[in-house]
Amino acid sequence: MILGRAFEDMCAQMYYRGKMFGFVHLYNGQEAVSTGFIKLLKQQDSVVSTYRDHVHALSKGVPARAVMSELFGKTTGCCRGQGGSMHMFSREHNVLGGFAFIGEGIPVATGAAFTSKYKREVLKEADCDHVTLAFFGDGTCNNGQFFECLNMAALWKLPIVFVVENNLWAIGMSHLRATSDPQIYKKGPAFGMPGIHVDGMDVLKVREVAKEAIGRARRGEGPTLVECETYRFRGHSLADPDELRDPAEKAHYAARDPITALKKYLIENSLASEADLKAIDKKIDEVVEDAVEFADESPVPSQSQLLENVFADPKGFGIGPDGRYRCEDPKFTEGTAHV
Amino acid sequence: RKGASVAVVRSDGRVNLNPKGRRAQQLISNAVATKSDSAAASSSSKPGYDSISDLEHELLLFEALQEGLEEEMERDLRVCVMGEDVGHYGGSYKVTKGLAKKFGDLRVLDTPIAENSFTGMGIGAAMTGLRPVVEGMNMGFLLLAFNQISNNCGMLHYTSGGQFTIPIVIRGPGGVGRQLGAEHSQRLESYFQSIPGIQMVACSTPYNAKGLMKAAIRSENPVILFEHVLLYNLKERIPDEDYICNLEQAEMVRPGEHVTILTYSRMRYHVMQAAKTLVNKGYDPEVIDIRSLKPFDLYTIGNSVKKTHRVLIVEECMRTGGIGASLIAAITENFNDYLDAPIMCLSSQDVPTPYAGTLEEVTVVQPAQIVTAVEQLCQ
Repeated sequence: MILGRAFEDMCAQMYYRGKMFGFVHLYNGQEAVSTGFIKLLKQQDSVVSTYRDHVHALSKGVPARAVMSELFGKTTGCCRGQGGSMHMFSREHNVLGGFAFIGEGIPVATGAAFTSKYKREVLKEADCDHVTLAFFGDGTCNNGQFFECLNMAALWKLPIVFVVENNLWAIGMSHLRATSDPQIYKKGPAFGMPGIHVDGMDVLKVREVAKEAIGRARRGEGPTLVECETYRFRGHSLADPDELRDPAEKAHYAARDPITALKKYLIENSLASEADLKAIDKKIDEVVEDAVEFADESPVPSQSQLLENVFADPKGFGIGPDGRYRCEDPKFTEGTAHV
Repeated sequence: RKGASVAVVRSDGRVNLNPKGRRAQQLISNAVATKSDSAAASSSSKPGYDSISDLEHELLLFEALQEGLEEEMERDLRVCVMGEDVGHYGGSYKVTKGLAKKFGDLRVLDTPIAENSFTGMGIGAAMTGLRPVVEGMNMGFLLLAFNQISNNCGMLHYTSGGQFTIPIVIRGPGGVGRQLGAEHSQRLESYFQSIPGIQMVACSTPYNAKGLMKAAIRSENPVILFEHVLLYNLKERIPDEDYICNLEQAEMVRPGEHVTILTYSRMRYHVMQAAKTLVNKGYDPEVIDIRSLKPFDLYTIGNSVKKTHRVLIVEECMRTGGIGASLIAAITENFNDYLDAPIMCLSSQDVPTPYAGTLEEVTVVQPAQIVTAVEQLCQ
C-alpha cells in the first residue's frame, strides 16, 4: 500500500514536471482494495484492471521501474512504451491490462477464467485452479458488458471474482445520479452468485472477504461479486479539477485513509514499531526514486519500433509489389519504407 | 473424367466449368506448399495421370469449413469454438454440425446472446493460451462486438508491447442474401478494414474456405474470415490431404490479357458469369479473387496490372469507404504508370438493402453491368 501511495504521488510530481503526458489516473485512497485482494494471489492467477491500473500492476509484482518507464514512454517500460498509463500489461506476472474504455476488460477477464476452466476440463491439467480478478468501478456497473459477463461467469461457474471499486464518482457523475439501484452487491444474486459489500478503506476486512471469494473460485464453486466501498483522494485524472465533490465527503474518507488505519492497527497491536514503519517508508521512497532515475535514464523508442508488435506474425503486413513479404524489407522495419 | 477440371455447382443450380481457374490456382507458388499442392500440380502437367479422383472428395462449402475446423480441433486441443447456437444446434449454417457431440460442450461453446462480451471472452482466452474461433451468427451481429474487435483484438498485441498474442479467428456469414432485409445483409469488411493489427480474408470456394479456415486458425494473428450466406451450398472436389491456403495471397481464377478484374466472395461468380459473355464477345479478362482483404496481395495484383493495363474492381460492399476504394488507392499509389485507363469500380449501392426482390437485385452488381463496364474500359 505504501508503495502504491508513494508511487502515485511521484506520478503526479512527474506529470507536472512534464515527464509523462496524456491521461493519468491515480489510485490514492483505494490501496486497500488492491493490496487486500492481489496479495492473496499466486503468480499464475490473472488480474484485469481499468485505466486506474498502476497500483494493480505493482501489487501483482510488476517492478516499479518497469511501470515508471512505461509512464515515461521509454523502451524499458513493461509494454515497451507502447501502452502508457492506461495499458499496463505483464505476461510474467499475468497482468492482462490496463484498458482505456470502461467495461472492456471484464470480458477479457471472463476469457482468462474460461481458459482456467478449459485447462482443467479439456486439457486435463487437473491441478489448474487459476483464478482471475476483474477490477472496475461503479460507473462500469451500469455498462452492458458487466451484466453480460456476470451472466456468463455464473452460468459456467468460472473461477473469477468481480471486484467493484465503488468510489462513488465516475469523473463528475455521482454514482447515485447514474444508477437506479445504487447497491451494486445486490446485483450478484440476480445472476446466481453471492454479492458481498465490504469497507474498502480497511485492508484487513477486504482481505477477509477476498480470501473467501478467491477460495470459492479456486474450489470451482463459481464467481463472486464483491463491492468495495472506497474513495479516491485525488481527482479522476490529473486533468480533473475535482470541483464537484463535497469537501465534507473528502474529509470523511481522508479520515479513513487505509494506510493510516493500518499503521495505527499495527502499532496498537504491537505488531510493528514506529521505527519499523518509518523504515518501510524510507525504503519505499528509495524504490520509487530509483524507479524515476531508471526511467529517466532509459532510452526513448527509436523509429524502427513503430511497426514492431503490430502483428504477432509480421506476414500480416502483406506481400509487397516486388513479391516479397513487406516484413522482409529492412527499410520497412526501420520505418522508412513506404507503408 | 480426366484432368483437373472442376465442376462448380452454383447455389442457384447453374454449373460453371472452370478448368483454367483450378489448374492455374495450383500453379501459384504457395508460400506454404503442401504435398497435395505439388501432387496435383504435377498431375496436371503429366498427361494421362488419372488418380485425381482417388485423392479428392466432393463436398459443399459449409462442409469444407466444418472439415477444416474439425481437423484443426483434432490437431490442437487448444482450438475451441464459441458462438450462438454453435453447439447443440450445430450452427445456423451447419458449419459446426456434429462438433459439440464430438468435442464436448466446453470446446464448442453455446454462448448467450452477448456478442461484445463473448468476443471479449474469446480474446481473453486467446491471451491466456487458447485458440478460439468466434462465430458471429451473421456478420452484422458483430457490429455489437466492434468495441472488442477494434480495441482489444486488433490492438492488444501492440499496447502490451508484444507480450500477449491474440490468435483468434472471428468468422461468420455476411453479404447480401435472398431478401433477408437490411440488417441481415451487411458487409462489414469495409468497416473493419481500418483496424490495425487484424487480417481479413474472404472465402469463395470450398477449396479456399477450408484452406483459409485452417490457415486462420494456425495464424498467430487475429484473423477475420468473411463467409457469404449464398455460397454455403457450393459444391467442389477438394484434396483429401492436409492443405492450407496462404492468408496473404490472392487467387488467380482466370488468366487473361485484356483487363484485370479484381473481386472477392460472391461477386467472383457474377464476374465469371460475365466472363463467359465477354469471351463470346472476344474479350480476354483476367479474373483475380483477391481473397485477402487486408492486407492486399500487391504482387499478384501488380503483375496483372502490368500485363493488362486496365483494372475493374467488382465488389459487394458499398461504394463509400469500401474495399474497392482502398484497392483503388493502393493500385494508384503503386502502379499508376502501368494504367492505360482510370480504374473502374463497381460496388453495391449506398443504400440499406431493401427487402423487395427487384430492388435487392439492383443493389448489388449484376453480370450485365460487369460486361458493360469491361466494354467501356476496353474501348
